[in-house]
Amino acid sequence: MEILLALLFGVLLAGAVYLLLARSLPRVIVGLLLLGNAANIAILAGGRVLGTAPPLVSPGAQALAAGAANPLPQALVLTAIVISFGLTAFVMVLAWSVWKGEAVVDAEALRSAEPPALPSTDPVEAAEAEPRAEAR
Amino acid sequence: MSVLPLLVALPFLAIPLVALGLRARPGAAPLPALLPLGLFLALLSLPLGAAFTSERIPSLGLETSFRLDGLSRLMALLITGIGAGIFLYASAYLKGHPALHRFLAVLTLFMGAMLGAVLADDLFSLFVFWELTSLASFMLIGFDHERAAARKAAQQGLMVTVAGGLAMLAGFLLLAAAAGTTRISLILAQAESISAHPFAPWIVLLVAGGCFAKSAQWPLHFWLPNAMAAPAPVSAYLHSATMVKLGVYLLARFNPAFQEMVLWQGLLTGAGGLTMLTGALLALRERDLKRKLAWSTVVALGTLVTLIGLEEPLAATAAVVFLLVHALYKASLFLISGIVDKKAGTRDALVLRGLARAMPLTAAAAALAGLSMAGAPGFIGAFAKDLLFTVQLGVPGLLPAIALVVNAAMVVVAGVVAARPFMGRPMEADREVKEPPLAMLAPPMLLALLGLVFGLMPGLISAALIEPAAGTILGRPTGVALGEKQGDELVLLLSFAALGLGVVMYLGWSRLQPRLAGQEWLDRYGPDSAYGEVLRAVSRTAVAVTRRVQSGSLRRYLALSLLIVFGGAGLVLVLAGGLAIPWRAAPVRVEQVLLVLLIAGGAAAAALMRALFAQVMGAALVGFGAGLLFLTLGAPDLAFTQFTVEVIAVVLLVAILARLPFRALDARRANERRNDALLAGLVGAVGVAVMFAMLSVPFDARIPEWMGQAAVPEAKGRNVVNVVIVDFRALDTLGEIAVLLIAALAAAALLAKRAGRKQP
Repeated sequence: MEILLALLFGVLLAGAVYLLLARSLPRVIVGLLLLGNAANIAILAGGRVLGTAPPLVSPGAQALAAGAANPLPQALVLTAIVISFGLTAFVMVLAWSVWKGEAVVDAEALRSAEPPALPSTDPVEAAEAEPRAEAR
Repeated sequence: MSVLPLLVALPFLAIPLVALGLRARPGAAPLPALLPLGLFLALLSLPLGAAFTSERIPSLGLETSFRLDGLSRLMALLITGIGAGIFLYASAYLKGHPALHRFLAVLTLFMGAMLGAVLADDLFSLFVFWELTSLASFMLIGFDHERAAARKAAQQGLMVTVAGGLAMLAGFLLLAAAAGTTRISLILAQAESISAHPFAPWIVLLVAGGCFAKSAQWPLHFWLPNAMAAPAPVSAYLHSATMVKLGVYLLARFNPAFQEMVLWQGLLTGAGGLTMLTGALLALRERDLKRKLAWSTVVALGTLVTLIGLEEPLAATAAVVFLLVHALYKASLFLISGIVDKKAGTRDALVLRGLARAMPLTAAAAALAGLSMAGAPGFIGAFAKDLLFTVQLGVPGLLPAIALVVNAAMVVVAGVVAARPFMGRPMEADREVKEPPLAMLAPPMLLALLGLVFGLMPGLISAALIEPAAGTILGRPTGVALGEKQGDELVLLLSFAALGLGVVMYLGWSRLQPRLAGQEWLDRYGPDSAYGEVLRAVSRTAVAVTRRVQSGSLRRYLALSLLIVFGGAGLVLVLAGGLAIPWRAAPVRVEQVLLVLLIAGGAAAAALMRALFAQVMGAALVGFGAGLLFLTLGAPDLAFTQFTVEVIAVVLLVAILARLPFRALDARRANERRNDALLAGLVGAVGVAVMFAMLSVPFDARIPEWMGQAAVPEAKGRNVVNVVIVDFRALDTLGEIAVLLIAALAAAALLAKRAGRKQP
């Protein structure tokens, strides 16, 4: 079973990366959804499939019976599901906000922070433009 | 309890007083000169051998210790004695300057750092003070920070000395490891085992490297003349009398440990000899008074380093005498060049003429200092010269010839700086040339006079200063008193030959200088221009790398990061033999296989479908499939959470997408898509390999077992997953809630901003 989960993780990861690299922001969001699921599968597989019964202590018993699933990765995945949802929701708002503000959804076209044709801030040129050692 | 730490602390304590007090009352500028004067008198009264140690962090072997021996007392007296004159001079030289208080405050800081460096008996305290002097030097060279040349020179001096300081720190660490202590006096006490230690060559190279940078030894000599961008008192104090001697001081300090090593001797005499020759040649070529003096300081530092590297016992005495002599005359000449610059308006040696008529007292001081520099009989400079030639004649090889040429060059410098500007017909000046105020005249005059006084009465300083200091360098008493005639006839002959050659060259200097200055290759090829090239190359590389890495393209950032992380992980797996296939695994049921296929199909649809809604549906398939898979794996809590979240996510996504131009298809070009697919395949494959490697490690079930056992008795809960979330890992859950809250706040803020912008 774990081997199957590992292979599934690989498929989800590859699909997520392919989408994340897309230029269009909606595709990137879909990629994030896949990535979250991939991470959950990985965590679950890391805790191994110790059993397939839910980790509930039956009434009257004091400890978990053998054959129950590993509770720790489940708790971690539970946290991860909610967090990845929070992240996805925020990114969606971000994408929508970008669309409203810049009217683009192409990630490559978003260059306000790092304009492609920046005016020359080459420190070498700047230093050479400075008057040279006038004390000589 | 010794007063040594107090002496070191006093200047540091005085800094705020000087800075704030003088800003309020600039008229009190001469007062800070009392501080070095008081320290000078206190140091004079202290007995040799005073020591102080206090452990700061014993577990790390860190301690503060100070020690006063012959060598450190000579240095400390120079620092405070010359310092008193410099403070007084500076108060008049920079009178009315708006930043005078800053200048004197930094000068005070410098003095404290110097005192700490020469009195420290602990490697790391010494290093800290050493670096502090570099910083103070940086601030003082760049004092006139509105001039680009001053900023550049300040940066250059800092880069060179601090780079050397780093090398020295590495050397100190090795030395501390080799000796087992950081106390310098204890290290020197086990000199023989240190010099035989396998680290010894590295220690010598690294420590000497630091000292060479500080003391401007070839090929690190170039920063010193550029440092002349500083005001004259700084050049006199830091860059001739004290700070640049710190490297010499440290070499002298460690000489007892390393003096038997051939590497030490070769390194010091080699670098010193080259420095002397380079400095002498460039000194002859220079026409700016201060830069000329700076080159001659380079010569003097080279001479001192050579002397320390020589095995001859007399060399230690020669080094100490020359150090003192040089500090006296060079500080004096620098101060005089400052007076000339200020009063006549130029420092060009070819222009300055006939100043003696207008400023006879300055001319007299210059003459006294110049005569001491040239080694005229009756001055203490004569003793230094006598000792120098005696020592250097005893060494086989080129050294006597170098000494002859270099000494002749020094005679020329003495003549050009101390005599030439004052002789002849008065030059035409655009202002009335007159004597400077007493505060500026007294310090150089006093320093120059001391050269004569000590020369006539060597007994004043022989037993008190020279012999203990030379003994410290040698590691044993020298038995040589100052004033004893050392040289034979040959030395006398050589001495006269140097003087004669110097006088001849001086007479022809105004014709020699333009020829030397015409040799432009001296500027073009040399460490100074190499330094500039290195700096430019560093900037260029930084720009090129930044332009390549910081392309501004999200795709490229992501692809690079993924390539490095996953490519690196894959490489490590392959190289370290981590590739494995886990055979021991839980059995698989049919419905699980079907669900995995369903999820994989959903992922493929999400990645490959062209229409955006089809992609969203693919992603939903993945999410709901994962929920079902969780159910079959005994995780109902997960399944239900997944279903809830997935519904909200899909609804949200569709709601958002309805407002976006969702018809915008994949805008990637075919080759981009191919590359991305290749990268995605690599990432997926490495991900699988990493998972396989992890699954091949035997599982340690202690934590889940403990959780299963502790859930009921300790947390009173039967759903172990819930117990983990709200009890065992409650802090984690708190963090999760915080993350969600922050995401919600950020989203709300973004939405509010958008809504607010719509309204006019």
